[in-house]
Amino acid sequence: MTTLAGTGKLIRLILRRERVRLSIWVAVLVVVPVFTATAFIDLYPDQASREALVATVASSPALTALLGPLYDSSIGGLTAWRAGTLGAFFVALMAILTMIRHTREEEETGRRELLGATVVGRHAPLMAALTVTIGAGVLVAALLMAGLAGVGLPLTGSLAYGLGYAGVAAVFAGVGAVAAQLTEASSTARGIGVGIAGVAFLLRMAGDSSGEATEWVAWLSPIGWFSRLRPFADEQWWVLLLWLGLSAVLVTTAALVASRRDVGAGALPPRPGPADAAPGLSSPLGLAWRLHRGSVMGWTVGLAVLGAVYGAAGDSIQGMLEGNPQLQEIFEQMGGAQGLTDTFFSAVVGIIALITAAYAIRAVLRLDVEEEAMRAEWVLATATPRFRFAASHLIFGLAVPVLILAVAGLVAGATYGAIVGDVGGQALRVLGAAMLQLPAVWILTGTAMALYGLAPKRVSLSWGVLVACLILGQLGQILRFPQWSLNLSPFTHIPVFGDDIDVLPLVVLIIVAGGLISAGLIGFRRRDVG
Amino acid sequence: MSAISVSGLVKNFGQVRALDGLDLEVATGEVHGFLGPNGSGKTTTIRVLLGLIRQDAGAATLLEGDPWSEATELHRRLAYVPGDVTLWPNLTGGEVIDLLGRLRGGLDKSKKEKLLERFDLDPTKKGRTYSKGNRQKVALVAALSSDVELLVLDEPTAGLDPLMEAQFRACIEEDRNNGRTVLLASHILAEVEALCDRVSIIRKGKTVESGTLSELRHLTRTTISAELSSDPAPVASVPGVHDLRLHDHKVDFEVDSDRLDEVVRALAPLGVRSLVSHPPTLEELFLRHYEDEESPA
Repeated sequence: MTTLAGTGKLIRLILRRERVRLSIWVAVLVVVPVFTATAFIDLYPDQASREALVATVASSPALTALLGPLYDSSIGGLTAWRAGTLGAFFVALMAILTMIRHTREEEETGRRELLGATVVGRHAPLMAALTVTIGAGVLVAALLMAGLAGVGLPLTGSLAYGLGYAGVAAVFAGVGAVAAQLTEASSTARGIGVGIAGVAFLLRMAGDSSGEATEWVAWLSPIGWFSRLRPFADEQWWVLLLWLGLSAVLVTTAALVASRRDVGAGALPPRPGPADAAPGLSSPLGLAWRLHRGSVMGWTVGLAVLGAVYGAAGDSIQGMLEGNPQLQEIFEQMGGAQGLTDTFFSAVVGIIALITAAYAIRAVLRLDVEEEAMRAEWVLATATPRFRFAASHLIFGLAVPVLILAVAGLVAGATYGAIVGDVGGQALRVLGAAMLQLPAVWILTGTAMALYGLAPKRVSLSWGVLVACLILGQLGQILRFPQWSLNLSPFTHIPVFGDDIDVLPLVVLIIVAGGLISAGLIGFRRRDVG
Repeated sequence: MSAISVSGLVKNFGQVRALDGLDLEVATGEVHGFLGPNGSGKTTTIRVLLGLIRQDAGAATLLEGDPWSEATELHRRLAYVPGDVTLWPNLTGGEVIDLLGRLRGGLDKSKKEKLLERFDLDPTKKGRTYSKGNRQKVALVAALSSDVELLVLDEPTAGLDPLMEAQFRACIEEDRNNGRTVLLASHILAEVEALCDRVSIIRKGKTVESGTLSELRHLTRTTISAELSSDPAPVASVPGVHDLRLHDHKVDFEVDSDRLDEVVRALAPLGVRSLVSHPPTLEELFLRHYEDEESPA
């Protein structure tokens, strides 16, 4: 078939470009379930303890909504419940992002055109991207089967678990393929694809939240099908056909649309915009707002949803502890009965704060994006002082985290409050805990700004600092890192929200953040641009 | 009075010396061609003049101010077209034109409309959907529609079709008549020849020639083709004659402009049937310096 000419070469090109990124995706998607299985083997070695856990989960709709239904008390059943559905969501993300990167993004940047002039068939790029993406899903399946069976789980269940992920990858590769046909901008295509994955996850959540009456809603979601495949719990193999069928429909649709449109064009016509700028678009800050507003809304809404999920889970933590006196004791030692919710929500806002810090770094590094694209010099060649240019983006890295943490904290607290019957009080408690994280987030803002001003070629180190904070904060204690190393992360110094908060570390963090930001601004005013 | 005055400018990027004692003098009200092959230092000079980078040595004055420390105030009085125009993907061309005008301190609305029409540019399209030529037009309209004293243009017609290039030339002619100063960095020689009062040719970060076109021509060689009634061989011995080529009674050669008189004297006794003499084109001027660079002397 001539429309597929060159597919093999393109596959090799994609694999060459993806060797690091896709390897990380595959490794994480395989390692997490295998580790989860070994953790369950350690924590719940006997049938009785597992039965107790199943009973607790069954009594908590919130937990079922978050993680999906729990069908079996075996180690495999628990693993599929704990890691399976969340993992399936990340499989969907991997598939969508990989597809769009190698289809629409290639067209948008014009690289596709470069290839199109060589011996490459019309459908070859789409087919190559699909092959690699679905291939990654199949690889995940094979490795998972080997890994799960390797730690001692039944082979059939391990196979079903792996094939479930391959099925999700196949469907969302199709979603990515269709989304890539619709718009000219890869960012919009990515938004559509990720949005569909989010809707699929929410449909599953809604369906799983209230028992059999609403279960049909979860059947509408290709992510919900993972639980319905029932790995380790009397597998329903025919569910695999649903993924196959839907994937085939989506891929065919994408191919049909692709053969009807021009290279570079989208199926949805680009909308013309205003011929004149609105009055607000007349300053560096006005420009920065135009460039940031979409992501401000996206991140705020996304983290509010996450806050709601965690808020809903807050109640089941209580429930889980009631069934487990030992765990209860541990938590009470950490801060008493009321301290329990505070400890839980401190951990929750800690995670939200790390994600917020990722936003903050991205916002500040928009400066670098503008400079790399040579748009910074264009703006700086107008009567825009360097300080105002830098500040117009920096302000988003400082102010938007306030907004995100406030909204996510309020939503988490109010959701939890609605369940325990104290909306106002709980909303304020969690809001307070979230606000305490700000100084640590601003340290990351400052790190990005300092690197941009003083060492612009090294700005990506900001992400390294964030990953270090993530590892220190989330794994440091479990892996028994020495305290001095934990102290390197600003998040370690954030006090738990409670009656007497130690203000000193907060003040110190704010001063350090201020120092980093000043150093960055001064460095930027002195250095060469471009 | 000089709009731009640069002397002995030096700029290093790590081990690479981008500017090596460059001089540039642009008088107020003139259109000045800034010529040089790729990588010769044109854009680096412009970046120093715009206060984006700081020179390692030498002096630069722009509109009688310091380009680095007084950048913001000076930028109100100039407009810049970058060599490589990238637009914000989600802003329309019209929005970019208005934004840049406002950041500069205001733009002439009616002039914007007129220029949009002249350059046949649709201002309602989003940045990501413009072709290279249309992105260039957005930058040109943004610069030309502002009421400034100085235009700094870095290869402004790259990607424009001949029709639009003609429009551009007409616009610059009008601006010149209105007393605007223009620094036009380019390697499109026909454009420079048509527009510029004076030119500076740079090579490897140094100015190698500067002056009006006729001054530059005077300093260099004239090309002569002649058909003679007798053997043209004696011409070869005239001092200042170069690249002589003989075919029977026809002869082509170049001669140093200050030796022209002697050559004409030498030709006359040989019986001139036809004589074509033309001054060096800018291209020849340019290539002469460029070739010197290529062939190690």
